[in-house]
Amino acid sequence: MAFEVVADSLGAQAKDSSKTVANIAVRRRRETIFKICGLLATSFGLITLALLLIDLAAAGFPRLSWDFFTNFPSRRASQAGILSAWVGSLLVILTTASIGVPLGVGAGIYLEEYGRRNWLTSIIEINITNLAGVPSIVFGLLALGLFVYGLGTGRSIFTAGLTLALLILPIIVVATREAIRAVPAALREAAYGIGCTKWQVTRDHVLPASLPGILTGVIIGISRALGETAPLITIGALTFIAFLPDSPISSEFPFVSFSWLFDGFTVLPIQAFNWISRPGSDFHANAAAAGIVLLAITLGLNAIAIYARYKLRKKLQW
Amino acid sequence: MTAMSSVSIKTTIAAKPEFKFGKNKVSANNVNVFYGDKHALKDVTVNIPEKAVMAFIGPSGCGKSTFLRCLNRMNDTIPIAKVTGKVEIDNQDIYDKALDVVQLRARVGMVFQKPNPFPKSIYENIAYGPKIHGLAASKSDLNEIVEASLKKAGLWDEVKDRLSDSGTGLSGGQQQRLCIARAIAVSPEIILMDEPCSALDPIATARIEELIDELRENFTIVIVTHSMQQAARVSQRTAFFHLGVLVEEGTTDTIFTNPNDSRTQDYITGRFG
Amino acid sequence: MVSRISPAQMRSRRIRERMIETLLFLCAASSVLVTIGIVAVLLVESWGFFTHVPVATFLTDTMWTPLFDNPRYGILPLLSGTFLSTMVALCVAGPLGLTAAIYLSEFASPRIRETVKPVLELLSGVPTVVFGFFALLFVTPLLQATILPNLPGFNILSAGIVMGVMIIPYIASLSEDALRAVPQALRDGSLAMGATKFETAIKVVLPAAISGVAAAFVLGISRAVGETMVVAIAAGQQPNLTLDPTQPAATITAYIVQVALGDLPHGSIAYQTIFAAGLTLLLITLVFNIFGFWLRVRFREEY
Repeated sequence: MAFEVVADSLGAQAKDSSKTVANIAVRRRRETIFKICGLLATSFGLITLALLLIDLAAAGFPRLSWDFFTNFPSRRASQAGILSAWVGSLLVILTTASIGVPLGVGAGIYLEEYGRRNWLTSIIEINITNLAGVPSIVFGLLALGLFVYGLGTGRSIFTAGLTLALLILPIIVVATREAIRAVPAALREAAYGIGCTKWQVTRDHVLPASLPGILTGVIIGISRALGETAPLITIGALTFIAFLPDSPISSEFPFVSFSWLFDGFTVLPIQAFNWISRPGSDFHANAAAAGIVLLAITLGLNAIAIYARYKLRKKLQW
Repeated sequence: MTAMSSVSIKTTIAAKPEFKFGKNKVSANNVNVFYGDKHALKDVTVNIPEKAVMAFIGPSGCGKSTFLRCLNRMNDTIPIAKVTGKVEIDNQDIYDKALDVVQLRARVGMVFQKPNPFPKSIYENIAYGPKIHGLAASKSDLNEIVEASLKKAGLWDEVKDRLSDSGTGLSGGQQQRLCIARAIAVSPEIILMDEPCSALDPIATARIEELIDELRENFTIVIVTHSMQQAARVSQRTAFFHLGVLVEEGTTDTIFTNPNDSRTQDYITGRFG
Repeated sequence: MVSRISPAQMRSRRIRERMIETLLFLCAASSVLVTIGIVAVLLVESWGFFTHVPVATFLTDTMWTPLFDNPRYGILPLLSGTFLSTMVALCVAGPLGLTAAIYLSEFASPRIRETVKPVLELLSGVPTVVFGFFALLFVTPLLQATILPNLPGFNILSAGIVMGVMIIPYIASLSEDALRAVPQALRDGSLAMGATKFETAIKVVLPAAISGVAAAFVLGISRAVGETMVVAIAAGQQPNLTLDPTQPAATITAYIVQVALGDLPHGSIAYQTIFAAGLTLLLITLVFNIFGFWLRVRFREEY
């Protein structure tokens, strides 16, 4: 197997070492410039976040007082508060969590532990991926057409909670699946080995082991739902509400009431949106103050979730 | 080719004419490498002669690849690796702060265990190095370099009609020769090969070995191999590593026929490793 | 050997297992119902709309004035607003997100990466209504005070810039995933030839990951197209067939919000317009999403 030996044209390109050094200096400078750009681009998000916080704080901080939390909205900016908004947000999120969490976790468990690899499971999987990419306002249209008018649930807390539950369903499903997937097969085998049924394995071993991961996803989903505005506007959430929904606790048996589920409502982001849309800087200060409250809650929830996730990833080296 | 590998090592070596070594190209003094807490390489001192093939052998995990990666400072890419000691190429300290690692790697090429062609065309794979180093003044220069490099790597005839095809579409042996051509294209002085045939079949291996023998005329070659037969076939000098220590180094003839150290003896006779 | 579990126990256990599996399956299947619901609602309501307005008119008329006495139903002005705001967002998020991704994947130390990524994730946790406030009351005044003194109070530019900031984390994180999936062997090959890290990143790693990076951009675009509150607050609500980002213009999403805020009688043609607009929006995002996922799957298969 003889190789063709070529005349050494490579030797001819004798290395001019001084030229190479100059060339390297240029290339190194290019690299340094890029590193600086990279650092700037990476911190751009941080800088914006800081600017946003400062801007919001400067505009809204003076309005934050006890009264702001206990007053209903008002025509006079200085007297307007977010009582109905935060109560509304709380009740909507309660509804969302009660529907979205069992549904999402159940779906996640099914797809990871039970689902056989067949066309039906693939359709569900593709569907969830797709659903995650559907704009939130389209969920609002679904709710308006199907729940409000089709099923007659009205422009109520229940409709809002259900809509947001469907919206965050993909987030919870994906988080549940990831958490379950991280549970080592050895744990399942150990449980099967002592004669557990599939559900016993899932309930007693897989779920406890994946609970922190699932919770992280739930927190992120809840925080997302808290900040959502568009779908709720679409179903016709009222923007000016000077009353509270029925109390969930009643003085008569059975002491709990669910009539609040079908009351009209407003939520924090809608209240903030309402104030932003008004001309005049008085109400803008209110919007900023409501924004601060909203941001404190959502960023707080996100920070908890993100921190928990990073801790988890470190700890969970099975 | 299969016949070749069944020939006993001793007769293969006996058939070779006496080899005359040139001056030392690389000299390493008390090189130590730590990966975090792990002391991977201990006080290695060795000289590598120019325009010859030097083989590093030893059981896996013995530090031979680690040492190879010191010669072009590839260990720099591993954050936890720490190198101490001195490595000189042409009497220049390659760990000197004044020396840019980019300049060093342009002089010391490397071929890896698994062929790693870039997911670009065959032409672009070869042209990449000359382009970044500004070695070609014109398009025709570049064409010439690409052709010459592929010819030197014995790949030209197989690929000259499909230079624009992806490099990843070649067979394993062709990919590895493409990687050798890629290294040659920057006209380095030294080529490091880290078990270049371990992912190849015997026929492709034999072609690479012939190629190494030809390249020896123009380049200093250092090859890490787990195959003693390969070391015996292609190298003029051999160094035996064991547990991070350089046990013994000498002409390939000596190492394989008359080693000093009992550990070398045990290894080449197949008692461990 | 006699089992200590009685046959009756075994049977009830089996029944319970079946019931639980069925229940879990229904949970999973409910997501399909959601999709069917969305498609059905949009199609049914749009059907009503398209019996009044020919599809050709809808797609080619250059005016969108469904609430006027003399209504016109051309989606083009809303499309142009959506297209413009998305382009502005992409011009901001594309370069910044990709540069950040390259920096994080190729240059940053693991410690920096571990610190920066969570903070970027925080950015995506900011409610969109707050971003809208920021666009209207910070970015627009800033632009007016500096480079564009004649910028109207409502404009596509500010809304687009802020939307860009919103999708930076998304593009950066997806691109970084793609870049990090490139095998280390390719980087080693390039570095061993004496390429700088920068040259390796730009000429070897980025081209190898290009379809994953493209997927990140496409999915980012899809996000921007569907984004609602920022444009509804800061871009104005006048349908405006323009390609000038310094103009106010409504997007598809902003129009839906505007109509929903009013009180439209159920079943009227004005009510149906938002479903036709929603259907258009869903189709656009669907195309981008499918394209994006196709690109992602393709890059995964390469290694």
